[in-house]
Formats: sequence, structure tokens, C-alpha cells
Amino acid sequence: MRMFRQATAEAMQPATTPRQTTAREPAPSAAPTYRTVGDHRAANPIITARDVNVYYGDKHAIQHVNLDIGLNEVIALIGPSGCGKSTFLRCLNRMNDTIESARVTGEIKLYDEDIYSKQMDVVMLRARVGMVFQKPNPFPKSIYDNVAYGPRIHGLARDRTELDEIVQKSLERAGLWNEVKDRLEEPGTGLSGGQQQRLCIARTIAVSPEVILMDEPCSALDPIATARIEDLIDELRQNYAIVIVTHSMQQAARVSQRTAYFHLGRLIEVGKTEEIFTNPRHKLTEDYITGRFG
Amino acid sequence: MSISTLLAALLALTSVAYIAGRRRAVVGSASAPIRTFHSLPGYYGGYVALWCLLPALALLAIWVVVEPIVLRAAVIDSLPPELAELPEDRFGLFLADVRNLVDGNLVFGAPDPAVQAAAERYAEVRKTSRHLLLGSLLVVGVASLVFALRRVQPAMRARIKVEKAIEYLLIGASLVAILTTIGIFLSVLFEALRFFRLVSPIDFLFGLEWSPQTAIREDQVGSSGAFGAVPLFVGTLLISGIAMLVAVPVGLMSAIYLSEYAGPRMRSWAKPLLELLAGIPTVVYGYFAALWVGPALRRLGDALGLEVASESALGAGLVMGIMIIPFVSSLSDDVINAVPQSLRDGSYGLGATKSETIRQVVLPAALPGIVGAVLLAVSRAIGETMIVVMAAGLAANLSLNPLEAVTTVTVQIVTLLVGDQEFDSAKTLAAFALGLVLFLVTLALNVVALRVVRKYREQYE
Ligand SMILES: Nc1ncnc2c1ncn2[C@@H]1O[C@H](COP(=O)(O)OP(=O)(O)OP(=O)(O)O)[C@@H](O)[C@H]1O
Ligand SMILES: [Mg+2]
Repeated sequence: MRMFRQATAEAMQPATTPRQTTAREPAPSAAPTYRTVGDHRAANPIITARDVNVYYGDKHAIQHVNLDIGLNEVIALIGPSGCGKSTFLRCLNRMNDTIESARVTGEIKLYDEDIYSKQMDVVMLRARVGMVFQKPNPFPKSIYDNVAYGPRIHGLARDRTELDEIVQKSLERAGLWNEVKDRLEEPGTGLSGGQQQRLCIARTIAVSPEVILMDEPCSALDPIATARIEDLIDELRQNYAIVIVTHSMQQAARVSQRTAYFHLGRLIEVGKTEEIFTNPRHKLTEDYITGRFG
Repeated sequence: MSISTLLAALLALTSVAYIAGRRRAVVGSASAPIRTFHSLPGYYGGYVALWCLLPALALLAIWVVVEPIVLRAAVIDSLPPELAELPEDRFGLFLADVRNLVDGNLVFGAPDPAVQAAAERYAEVRKTSRHLLLGSLLVVGVASLVFALRRVQPAMRARIKVEKAIEYLLIGASLVAILTTIGIFLSVLFEALRFFRLVSPIDFLFGLEWSPQTAIREDQVGSSGAFGAVPLFVGTLLISGIAMLVAVPVGLMSAIYLSEYAGPRMRSWAKPLLELLAGIPTVVYGYFAALWVGPALRRLGDALGLEVASESALGAGLVMGIMIIPFVSSLSDDVINAVPQSLRDGSYGLGATKSETIRQVVLPAALPGIVGAVLLAVSRAIGETMIVVMAAGLAANLSLNPLEAVTTVTVQIVTLLVGDQEFDSAKTLAAFALGLVLFLVTLALNVVALRVVRKYREQYE
């Protein structure tokens, strides 16, 4: 809770002026000490992140990152372990608020609202920017209640029929409906790992977000379940913007249109996926994707 | 020479054994250099020390048991016949006098010459016995030391043997606890069975009247000796119920605060402070209940026009509830913390607020564990004695009115056994029957609670 307040207090200052620093905080270096290779802009941006820095205590985990998330595209975040992919992802729906020591500076806009501003309601923000986690984490409730959870807390359904409809539609879109339609009252934790992950995706799209953040959604799954989820991601792209963190080059190449390569908290290179993979411009990117590093 | 001196001597010998054993392994020999030894030198030291200690200790233990028997026989032998044929209990007193005299304790009046003579004999025999004991301890100790020392060879796997010995030591320690529990249970069971020979279990379990005063003389009045325990069960349930009404909400809410809202600094001092409540002796709670809560309730009742007994179920229950808060909060805090962070993240990620997350995800996930915690607290409440003795009264009213005085199973056990009692009347034996019921109920509650808690743990591991 404390972090929540801290983040809001910070956000109270006008987002465009540089934030004040107290003596204890590491002073954000005014100018980036590096340049990102490639174009960080998207054709049709939903989220625009500008000069984003994240600190865990004194650790500067994300440094001066500029990146757009565009509509109808999948952007893959890749990079060696510990480079800050999850940290950046969690900035986008303020999940870092739940981490005591985390502090975010810079500007992140959802359309033209600053998501770290005081006016921004995190509850609404997270309904609009949904998240799927690395490990499937269904609630210990029935399959139905798992999917209905979001719509219920946001009051999206007027009555039971509407709720039923949302649940069915979400499960269908997540490609799980046929497998679970006869066992909606069984606990979600009783599904297989791949089914659980698709349940979590259904749970996320049930609140009709605009952006879906996925942090290594397939790392706990076998190749078949992975392929299903990748198909699903490709379908979801028609209506959403998707940010996916992955350790698999093949997966990034298969599902994404743009790729961003992070290294030690810096965004080294960003661009069209096929360009990054066929013709990386930065040495570090090249080393990473050819497997000489990491 | 007292047993403790002997024990000290034995320990000294054991340390010598340890050093010798270790040294032998460290130094090695021409044919057996140190690195050929199977284990580290310390294990050889431990091995020799154990060999030196254990047989001697066994001898000492046997001696401690046998010596009094021998001494007694010796004293009887030396006594004039009229004393030797005293009845058993008188002879016991006589022997106690003798012992007191020998050990220089205070004896009333001038010692009887017979006692004097017996004491001399006793002291003499005991002295010989102790010398013999010292001698044999030394022989056994040194012999086994030498024996073990000669076995310190590179091929001897001392580590495995010492580890095994440690295992047996630990098994022995846990056996003490287990056997004691079984022993207590059996003794309570047998006494209770004796009671049920006098009073039928049906009358005991379902009878509505409790007045355990049995007539000592035939013509006494008002001492019917009714052993219907229902009023006690009801009183116990009433007080425990009130206690749980206090403890469960307060404990649960403070657990939620501590685990979900409090920052680490707050948590680091609030949690120990709360657990301190559990460390307050129950007597202190007892007079808190009797001196302040009881009268306060009475005054409050007067103001409201209610009749409140100065010793009421309500007062005892409230204070007992406060006492139990830390049980509920500490255990619930543990189970709430065991709910994986990923579930919370999932809920926050969907835009749920903190309280929605707690109500709809964390608490349902933690529910089985919380139920377990509450059951443990109930068994604690049922077994609690001191507070109810001091604050709930002794009157065995069959009543569900919390403003009246009631009594509980534990209170009755105390009152039945306090004071001079014959241990074969129905009155005292009733205490054991009550104890048996209490034991079985709390045992059942604990078993169920622990199973629930364990099952819940497995779910997330
Ligand atoms: N809660 C935290 N407190 C302090 N430091 C953290 C915290 N979370 C992450 N970090 C640090 O921030 C850096 C970036 O972490 P992050 O989890 O974003 O890496 P990542 O790129 O997602 O790695 P991975 O591929 O292993 O998931 C790491 O050095 C990590 O040690
Ligand atoms: Mg990560």
C-alpha cells in the first residue's frame, strides 16, 4: 500500500517537468548515456513510453527507455535474464506498485492519459491493460468464476445471462470452450498447465482490455500447448495490442511484428521482427540472437 | 559420595576418552597414516567417548534402582524383630526418619535409639555401596575405553556409528514425549473406567444435574451425588463460544492487516507484540477477568436494567477470547502468507482492489487453513482452566444465558481434586471421567485441525 501512495505522490507533479529528487534517491541522469538503435515508434500507438526509468532501491533496473505499443500488433521483448523485460512490462499497467522498493520515473501514456498521473485510477488502468503471467495462476475457484471474476468486479454484466455470455465468449476466444463447457463448475486449478494458461488468458480478455501484457506465457508449457497459445495470440492481435516477453527466439519470430531487445536495463534495439532477426544492426543484438551471448 | 559426584567423574573420564580417541586418529601410525582413516578424527573421539560413557551409565542407572532395595533389606536385617515387623506404612515412616538422620536433615525431637542404630547401619552400608559403585564404574569405563580405543583403525567407520548413536538419542527423546502422552492417557482412562463402574456412562454423559457431593455419613442431607455432566458441557460450550466470537473476528482481521496491509516495519514490531498476548500467564487474565471485567459488566448490566451475575459466562468468555486472539491471528497470518503471491498478482492484474483481492481470492484460498487455525483455538478454549476458575463461578447451572454464572469441565476437575480427598470415591474419580472427555474432544479437534491445515499446505507446494 505504501508504494501505491508513493507512486501517486510522485505522479502528482506535472508529468512533463522533470521530477524532483530528494537527497536519498539516485539522481536520474538527465540525459541518456546511450541511443536506442531503430525506430521506437509504432504506426498506431496505444501506449507511448518516454524516458522511462525504474529503480529498485538504488538499482537502476530500466534506463531511459522509449517505446511505443501499437494497435493490432504483437511486440516481443527479448533479452538475457535480468535485463529488465518483466520490469518494463509491469510498468505498463503499474503492477510495480505492488513492489515496495520500486520507483518509476518518466512518462507512460495510454492514448493521451499519463498512467502515472493522479487522475489515473489503477483499477481502470488494469482493466484496460490486462496481464497474463509466466506461471498459470488460476484462482482456486470454479472455471466459470475464474473467468467471471473480472467482469464481476468491474460490473460489466447486468445479469446472469450477460455474464454467461461474456464467460462463454472469452473461453471461446481463448480456445478453451470446447474442452471445459461441460465442467464449468469444476475448479480451475484442476486443469492441465496449458489449459490453465488459456484459462488465465480467457480471464484477462473477459474484461475486454485494449492491451494484453504477457510475461513468458508459454515457459511452463509443452510444445503443443505453446503452439495453441501462439495461434491464440495471433488471433487476439486483430483486436488488441499485445506485448509479450519471451526467451524463445523462434517464438518471438513466429508471433511478433516488432521486437525490442533489452540489455542490462537498456533498450538496445527495436524494429520490425524480420529485420531484427535477419539483419540486426547492433552488435549486442546480433550476438544475442545468434546465440553467442546469454 | 553422592550420585552427582559419580556422574561428574564419569563425564571427566568420557572427555579423556574423546581426546584419546581423536588423538589416535589424528596421529595415526606408521602403518596407518591419517588420511587412510575412514572418518574425521572427531568421529573417532565421539566413538570412544560413547563406548566409555554408555556402559558405565547403564551400570549407574541399574545401581540407582537396586541400591535402595539393598539398603532397606540391610536395615531390616539389623533391626530388632518388633520393629522389623511393623506394618508397611509405619515402616516407611521409620525409614524416612532414618534417611533424614543420615542426610543431616532436621528431625523432630531427640532421635530414638532404634532409629539411631538403624541410621548408623544404613550409612555404613551405603558407604560401602558407593565405594563399590565407584570401583565398578571405573573398571567398566576404563575397560570399554581401552576396548574402543583399540578399535580405532582406518577401516572402522566411526562416522556411521556415531551418526547412528545420535539417531538413537533423538529417537529416545521423542519417545519420552510420546510415551508420556500415552501414559497419561492410559492412567486417565483406567481411573475413568473405575468411575464408570460406580456411575453409568449414560447418566454421566446425558444427566442434567451435577452435584458431586457424596454423603460421607449415611444421615447427611443434601448430598445426593448426581453426576450428570451436561451442565458442564453446556457451560464449556457457552464460554468457548463467546471466546470464539471475540477471537475469530479480531484475530482474523488483525492477521489480514498484518499480512496484507502492514509494511515490514510495522509488521516487525506489531506481530511480536500480538504474540506477547499468548505469553501472559492465564492467571493474570483470570484476575483481569475477575477484578475488572466482571464488575464492569455488572455495572453495565445495572445501567441497562439487566441482571448480570458478578461471575458470568460473558466475562470469562470475553477475556478468554482476548487470550486466544494471538492463536488465531498468528496461525491465520501464516496461512494467509502461504497463499502464493501469483494469485494476488493475478487479481491485481485484472484491476481488483486490495480489499476485493483479499475477500475474493486470498481468504477463499486460505479458508481451509483458517478453519484449521480456528479449530486449534477452540481446543485451546475448551481446555482453558484458570480464567474460568476465577471468573465464571462454580455453580453448575444448566443455562444458555451468558449473564449467569456457569461452570466448565475444567473448573469442575479442579474443584473435585483440590483439598484432601480419598482417591477412590465417585467424586474424585469423576474428575478423571471429565478429563477423559476433555482429552478425547481436544484430541479429535486437534487431529481434524492439523489434517485440514496440512492438506491446505500441500495444495500449494
Ligand atoms: N522486486 C525486486 N526488487 C529488487 N530488484 C529487482 C526486483 N525485481 C527485479 N529486480 C532486478 O531488476 C532487474 C531486472 O529484473 P527483471 O525481472 O525485470 O528481469 P527479466 O528481464 O524479466 O529477467 P527474466 O528473463 O529472468 O525474467 C534484475 O537485475 C533484478 O534483479
Ligand atoms: Mg522476467
